[in-house]
Amino acid sequence: MTEIPNMVPVIPEIFVAVIGMALLMLGVFQKAADDATEVKTAHLVSRLGMISLVLTMMLVATVAGSTFNTFSGMFVSDPFAVYFKILILFASALTLAISHNYMENQGIARFEYTVLVIFATLGMMIMISASNLMSLYLGLEMQSLSLYVIATFNRDDERSTEAGLKYFVLGAVASGMLLYGSSLVYGFSGTTDFQMLGNMFDGDHAPDASLGLIVGIVFILAGLSFKVSAVPFHMWTPDVYEGAPTPVTAFFSVGPKIAAIALFIRVMVGPFGDLVQHWQQIIVLISVASMLLGAFAAINQTNIKRMMAYSSIGHVGYALIGLVVANEAGVRGIMIYMAVYLFMNIGAFACILTMRRAGRMVEKISDLSGLSKTHPMVAAALAIFMFSMAGIPPLAGFFSKLYIFFAAVESGFFALAIIGVLSSVVGAFYYLRIIKVVYFDPPDETLDTPIDRNLGYVIFGTALIVVLFFAFPGIIIDGASAAAAAMFTK
Amino acid sequence: MNYFPILTLLIFAPLAGALFILAIRGEQEVVNRNARHVAIWTSSAVFLLSLMLWAGFDNTTADFQFVEQWQWMPAFNIAYHVGVDGISVLFVLLTTLLTPICILASWESIQERVKEYMIAFLVLETMMVGMFVALDIFVFYIFFEAVLLPMFLIIGVWGGPRRVYAAFKLFLYTLLGSVLMLVAVLAMYVDAGTADIPTLLTHDFPATMQTWLWLAFFASFAVKMPMWPVHTWLPDAHVEAPTAGSVILAGVLLKFGGYGFLRFSLPMFPLATMDFTPLIYSLSIIAVIYTSLVALAQEDMKKLIAYSSVAHMGFVTIGTFTQTVQGVEGAIYQMLSHGIVSAALFLIVGVVYDRIHSREIDMYGGLVHRMPVYALAFMVFMLASVGLPGTGGFVGEFLVLLGAFQVNPWVAALASTGVILGAVYMLYLYRRIIFGQLTKEHLMKITDLSGREIMVFAPLAVLVLWMGVYPSSFLDVMHVSVNNLIDRVETAQAASQALLAGR
Repeated sequence: MTEIPNMVPVIPEIFVAVIGMALLMLGVFQKAADDATEVKTAHLVSRLGMISLVLTMMLVATVAGSTFNTFSGMFVSDPFAVYFKILILFASALTLAISHNYMENQGIARFEYTVLVIFATLGMMIMISASNLMSLYLGLEMQSLSLYVIATFNRDDERSTEAGLKYFVLGAVASGMLLYGSSLVYGFSGTTDFQMLGNMFDGDHAPDASLGLIVGIVFILAGLSFKVSAVPFHMWTPDVYEGAPTPVTAFFSVGPKIAAIALFIRVMVGPFGDLVQHWQQIIVLISVASMLLGAFAAINQTNIKRMMAYSSIGHVGYALIGLVVANEAGVRGIMIYMAVYLFMNIGAFACILTMRRAGRMVEKISDLSGLSKTHPMVAAALAIFMFSMAGIPPLAGFFSKLYIFFAAVESGFFALAIIGVLSSVVGAFYYLRIIKVVYFDPPDETLDTPIDRNLGYVIFGTALIVVLFFAFPGIIIDGASAAAAAMFTK
Repeated sequence: MNYFPILTLLIFAPLAGALFILAIRGEQEVVNRNARHVAIWTSSAVFLLSLMLWAGFDNTTADFQFVEQWQWMPAFNIAYHVGVDGISVLFVLLTTLLTPICILASWESIQERVKEYMIAFLVLETMMVGMFVALDIFVFYIFFEAVLLPMFLIIGVWGGPRRVYAAFKLFLYTLLGSVLMLVAVLAMYVDAGTADIPTLLTHDFPATMQTWLWLAFFASFAVKMPMWPVHTWLPDAHVEAPTAGSVILAGVLLKFGGYGFLRFSLPMFPLATMDFTPLIYSLSIIAVIYTSLVALAQEDMKKLIAYSSVAHMGFVTIGTFTQTVQGVEGAIYQMLSHGIVSAALFLIVGVVYDRIHSREIDMYGGLVHRMPVYALAFMVFMLASVGLPGTGGFVGEFLVLLGAFQVNPWVAALASTGVILGAVYMLYLYRRIIFGQLTKEHLMKITDLSGREIMVFAPLAVLVLWMGVYPSSFLDVMHVSVNNLIDRVETAQAASQALLAGR
């Protein structure tokens, strides 16, 4: 008889899985013929989903503080995983909060959306906790398949289906690369377990790494770069961001990205941490290219969702600086960066979701003109998010960049830091352009008032976090410090 | 006094006022009136509080006073640490004096979005005071750069026709300089292991590192100053900004660069300072002569004064880098008097702009016939800007030239041509606007200064004369701190010379 694995660390995941299935059942059995009840069901499921995600957050918090390995080392729950899981759960819960009203207005309020978001969340949680190339792949696919579907959720819309298809085809290629890389790693090392890989190539044994293994690592790296939409694997991002329904775009820009960054750190720093000289240059290149492309390509965009896509590419570039450094300060920098990025981005997308004219969504940057006259509070919040993304103190975005650049300077990567700050000045230009349209341009046609109440709450909450981060930096920084430290104590 | 957190109050009282204004609701008219009143009362109270700071300031020590220190990010050893010494205390007073004056000056000229305008000004005051009193390098940086947020909005929302261009130029120019400083700040922090300014002041950075750090700080301060050739954002920003925006820009923001050189470049990188002094001299002399000539050719009053600011700031950099007591004191004095005089001159322009809505010099002429009080006020500030003995401008320029003469007579000689050119363009401006026949149709009905406007100019005029007649009341405050600064610079430079000689 086989031994039953320790289930305690997996309780949050099991809970999410059960909730996902229960909500699916609920939706199926509640479903009635007419539209009104369908919307009602969708609403109920979305509410329940949000509540259960918050509950999951608490469950995750209860296993915080210590490290558990279970399922024969396939699954690990450590402070690093807990930190990122909480971010993911925030991202999913906030996404559900800003989605419902939009879905209802677009006539696509269906309960499956919530269920898919929850399953994607489950996939991300497994990704974050993966400590084996196989569990990594399982989590990644679970997440991706759910995301392919919600990208096309507005299935009667040409752009949405196009976005989903693109995402699916390119995502499949990336998964393929990842899988191929994993197989190479397995072939040249004989194991898929992170712990064993780490031991095999630690310190003195680093020169043992064969060329085949390095090629495998490069393939894994390429696959992961696709998932975080780093240059040169970013091509899908603007199209998918533009085409997908806006709340889905908001989710794409935070959830999967944070999970993939976590995975990036887990794989590169964990098993291959001592092979850093083999992969560091690749990350340097990817990081610099992402920062520069994110900064320059966004300038000419007229669609705000496309602009946010390039902006997110740039942000990934900054975060990857932390991975280049590949030490505790760097990982801590990334973790702070992603937390701040999450709130700025969700907030900015919530503002974008208020862009509705005569009941129809509009998404040109020029449609925001005069927002400060018609929606002063939304305008102020949007300005806060944009200034924060540009990295202007005292807003949160400045601190997140500060820690990243601190890590780079501390380890002597001056050139990288200087390229980073210079591209942030270029980036500031297009963020300021939004503020210019909002505050300096006269309104032409006004956007609808009042805005949805849920959106209002989300905008207010995230703006408050971004503004007050400087007053209470400890909450995020201490968590990130502890989590990053856990990553480096073996 | 140790138990009374006067600096924290000075920093955050305006912010509290801004929050209060944010909470005002109701009829548009009532909101506007209340916002104005809250702003003026808050900023006046802050000014009175800053007078207490001056009264309680101890002239006999170079140490930082009114120090407050709280842990902020313990994981990084970054603290909220504030304090003033003889160099910074007068800048705090300058800031708190000019803010209520700005608010008073925009009382009637700003009619749109009054609430937001007042909030922007109070937030700006918070940032400016914070910048001058910060004793942690990260706190300093945060305030230094955060000033851009309200300034960008002030120019962009309430500015003139080309406001968008001007606001972007201001923001991106200064940001580009600042981010390089950020990298330098991080490098300093890594090297010294602390972000505490008093500790950093005693830390000796390696010589090659000093060069890089100095250059990075120079990138930021030279833009803020502004020094030729990176001064081009200033005329644009000044022309497009609303009057009060120009006042704050010329009065306080331009002092950031000079203050930064005194606080960081000189004492922390003395060796690099020595190497780069010729560069600073050259750029400053070009600034003094070239921008004075450019000022002479201007048709727009605000642009003329903006270029004159660049020239005056040239004196400041010369004085600072003479690294003599007279030069540095002259530089600080020049900054203070320029802060008041250029602010007053922009207000002077604002007065006629509010009436005629034009800044073209050709639109005016013979104003003395209709506006005698205005002509008098203009004359006082014009002469102070020229540097007539008996006004604040004279003392600063004189001390700077005195300091410069000790180290390099050529620099002093070339810089003094700037004094002459300054007299030329200012007197020329004055003649064209005030004197001559009152022939232009639209000027026939122009009214003289109102009571509110006299209230704005009177304290400034008194101050300008006070600074000219009895400079000791200001020089005494900075004397010990400046001596200490020069000592530190000279010791470090002598040690390095000895090391080179011994090798």
